[in-house]
Amino acid sequence: MSDTPAIELRDVIKRFGETPAVDRVSLQIGDGEFFSLLGPSGCGKTTTLRMIAGFEYPSSGEMLIHGRSMATIPPHRRPVNTVFQSYALFPHMSVEQNVAFGLQMQRLPKQEIAPRVSEALELVRLGHLAQRRPNQLSGGQQQRVALARALVNQPEVLLLDEPLGALDQKLRKEMQLELKSLQHRVGITFIFVTHDQEEALTMSDRIAVMNQGKVLQVGSPTEIYERPTCRFVADFIGETNFIDGEVVESDGGYSSIVTPDGLRLRGLAPRTLPAGSAATLSIRPEKLRLTTLEQAGPEQVAALPVSVELVSYIGSDTRITVRLNEQRTLDVWEQNRRSTLDRNAYWQPGEQALLFCPPDNALVLAE
Amino acid sequence: MRLYWPSEQGSAASSSCKRTKEECRLAFDLIERTRVQRDRRNLMALLLPGLLWLLLFFALPLLIILLYSFIVSGPRGNLIWQATVGNYTDLFTRAIYLNAYLRSIWISLLTTLICLLLGYPLALFIVRQPPHVRTLLLFLVLIPFWTNFLVRIYAWQIILANNGLINSSLRALGFAPIQLLNTEGATLIGLVYGDLPFMVLPLYAAIDRFDFTLMEAAADLGASRRQAFLRVMVPLTMPGIVAGSVLVFIPTLGQFVVSELLGGAKVDYLGNLIQRLFLRSNPPNWPLGSAMAIVMMLLLLAFILWYFRISREEDR
Amino acid sequence: MSQTANRVTTPAIERGRLTWSGVSLSLHAVLIYLFLYLPILVLIIFSFTRDAFGVRWTGFTLDWYVRLFNDERLMGASVNTLLVASVSTLVSTILGTLMAMAMERYQFRGREGVEALIYLPVVVPEIVMAVALLAFSALVFDLINALTGQVLRRNLTTVTIAHIAFNMSFVVVVVRTSLRHFDRRLEEAAADLGADSWQTFWRVTFPLILPGIIGGALMAFTLSLDDFVISLFLSGPGTSLLPVEVYSRVRRAITPEINAISTLMLLLSITLVLLSQLLQRRR
Ligand SMILES: Nc1ncnc2c1ncn2[C@@H]1O[C@H](COP(=O)(O)OP(=O)(O)OP(=O)(O)O)[C@@H](O)[C@H]1O
Ligand SMILES: [Mg+2]
Repeated sequence: MSDTPAIELRDVIKRFGETPAVDRVSLQIGDGEFFSLLGPSGCGKTTTLRMIAGFEYPSSGEMLIHGRSMATIPPHRRPVNTVFQSYALFPHMSVEQNVAFGLQMQRLPKQEIAPRVSEALELVRLGHLAQRRPNQLSGGQQQRVALARALVNQPEVLLLDEPLGALDQKLRKEMQLELKSLQHRVGITFIFVTHDQEEALTMSDRIAVMNQGKVLQVGSPTEIYERPTCRFVADFIGETNFIDGEVVESDGGYSSIVTPDGLRLRGLAPRTLPAGSAATLSIRPEKLRLTTLEQAGPEQVAALPVSVELVSYIGSDTRITVRLNEQRTLDVWEQNRRSTLDRNAYWQPGEQALLFCPPDNALVLAE
Repeated sequence: MRLYWPSEQGSAASSSCKRTKEECRLAFDLIERTRVQRDRRNLMALLLPGLLWLLLFFALPLLIILLYSFIVSGPRGNLIWQATVGNYTDLFTRAIYLNAYLRSIWISLLTTLICLLLGYPLALFIVRQPPHVRTLLLFLVLIPFWTNFLVRIYAWQIILANNGLINSSLRALGFAPIQLLNTEGATLIGLVYGDLPFMVLPLYAAIDRFDFTLMEAAADLGASRRQAFLRVMVPLTMPGIVAGSVLVFIPTLGQFVVSELLGGAKVDYLGNLIQRLFLRSNPPNWPLGSAMAIVMMLLLLAFILWYFRISREEDR
Repeated sequence: MSQTANRVTTPAIERGRLTWSGVSLSLHAVLIYLFLYLPILVLIIFSFTRDAFGVRWTGFTLDWYVRLFNDERLMGASVNTLLVASVSTLVSTILGTLMAMAMERYQFRGREGVEALIYLPVVVPEIVMAVALLAFSALVFDLINALTGQVLRRNLTTVTIAHIAFNMSFVVVVVRTSLRHFDRRLEEAAADLGADSWQTFWRVTFPLILPGIIGGALMAFTLSLDDFVISLFLSGPGTSLLPVEVYSRVRRAITPEINAISTLMLLLSITLVLLSQLLQRRR
């Protein structure tokens, strides 16, 4: 492995008209990485990908592939290939001809093209459909043809723009696993665009979360989920409870906040926050603990008296909304670890309980 | 239309009417038969008047010139009812006719090609405009398509004539005038001018349906713009290219107005010969003219079939 | 264009390529539109010139238009043309609409044959159709002469019959399109509400396909007005039609009077296209 990243973006800005679609994005993506761009619709993921592919050029900033500037390289001379969201298979060519297209463009001899095409089709398990036209294939099969068509060129980087977006839920799950294992086998850098957080979490080595053209955080799935650095990321990935307040003390990586309704809560503070500044405490529902009044809670954690308001049983979990006071409710998820039909084993609305918010499970984020 | 017998448990009515299945079926059949008869009467009332008109005033006349093409023309232009293939052998052996065929085919192909080369970029340009501009631009192509062909061709006389717009401008600037009108070049200009809309409209329809991400996909796979155009865009817009070419080729092959008004009738094209044989020459020769018209139709048929086969092969 | 203006920091290659292909395409389009419209403009302008040859600008006059209306031959030809166009449009629209209904609504044996017969007049070169009709009319007249001793000549009626055969196909094509877009559940709804098939047709189907029928009729009218080839072959010696009259004069010389009548013919066609477009827009 060399030190130069496979892809590097330096302060890249792309404007359409006045508003930037991509705003000062800097990224370094390593060789062989499965890297995801995640964000809500319209945040600039596709635009970023298209700039890497060469269909758009940055308004300013630099883009390098393996250290080589791409400023003057048109798409057909770039060592990257794309799997398009709509697949963009050539409807007038058979599966085989679609896959062979890139190799023909490189003017490889025929006897070299044929084996590589069949190899690529075997890789995506479509060898038996080589003579079909794209419109005679199912969505999943088309998707795999698009994959084979890109991979057969042995690109340095493969770009995938929501490649699973058009598939139904079940097929989507299957293809996620297949894509991941494929990437392992071929060892090519994948840049994967999605707005599905679960997909990004399960598949990626690293994720860049984007919003309004900006990259807010880059990190591994665990980092993104467990240590979001801003409110948007915490909110966009998974579910969370936000509690707004004012910092009253900070020490040794923790901060305490006090809310207008008088709660005092402690949590991890990634950045030291000065006392008096506004802050938000974020805690995931599954990381809160709810106990009956008799049971003991964790050591050194203040217990908050609450009443159970809503209970929804969803099989693996039970999702409970508890009320702290007139203005405030919080969500708590409990895993159903024990199999029982006993009503008393589950929370009932109206029950009184104690809520524990362990500081190591909570994050205090600047506004 | 077949009526199906409702299943027994599914239909309360049929069990309550207490008839046998057979009785009910007969009743249904009767209704069905009268319905079919009524339908047939309606169909005939709708179809027959137009159909008869077309048979009588279109199909029959074509058969008649087919018949005429196999009989002898008398010395005073009268018809002598005597079977012969002499008209056809004349066409294929006498240089004047053979040349007219070759010249007509040649200029039609040339016109088609020029219209294609001028029309494709224009259609592409129109497709790439925002919707309201697009409607306007298309409409501007449509207007000449609907306006009088003869008058539009005549307008070129004013431009190309010896004392016309171009030459009087040349003269005013101190240059020597050049012969523009009554040349084959003028004929070609007139033909392209007259038929260009026929090419642009089908091309527009085809390019509008074309998915431009396929061009990006081709570029992504290493195709230059030229390669992407030739390997992806051309085959996928082939239906428009074929339709436009057929629409330009057909009227061009039979034209005689343009070559008379702009070409000065200096050389004979098929249309000029046919017109002369029927209307002007003394004596007229209808059997020969009919044979020419029949061969022209066969040529067109062959051209259309050939072109569609080509495009379907491209498609496969 | 505003987009390119904003891309000031775009790398040179993209700027160069974008403007190159974009500008060359636009330039091409401008030239083509000039090519299409310049002759029409020239014609219109030179219908107002004082120059007696009609090819130079020597000042404005309306004389040629005045003279036009005093030209009895031209006016007679215009009346003839309008008459032929009106009658052939009426008949071909009725027959064509009925045929379109039959083709869209019924399955019957020999449908492909009828289909071919309908589309053939659209693709057969005009001159072939013209000589065929000429030969046919001559044959029929000879027969009548032999049987009854009457001598018939080609006249406006023969032209009208030919125009109907020619226009009908276009009407069928246009009306069929609008029938295909017609939602047949509306007819079922009308029947469900108690309308018989006659009422259903006049109250529901007809009003909804009317724009298509009018579109077809306008097309037939324009084609009939503009037709030169069939008119040349089928109009008799004494019954001149406007395009034929214009053609015979044009072959002799360019005159501002011809420019004027041509201008009027162009304006009429353009009005008709505008009308048919408006009708389609409303649908
Ligand atoms: N060609 C263009 N012209 C003008 N604006 C554009 C263009 N392409 C994208 N945009 C704008 O740039 C912003 C980012 O678009 P982009 O397609 O990158 O979003 P995305 O993150 O891929 O969204 P999605 O998840 O919906 O695909 C959007 O606001 C979009 O409207
Ligand atoms: Mg996108």
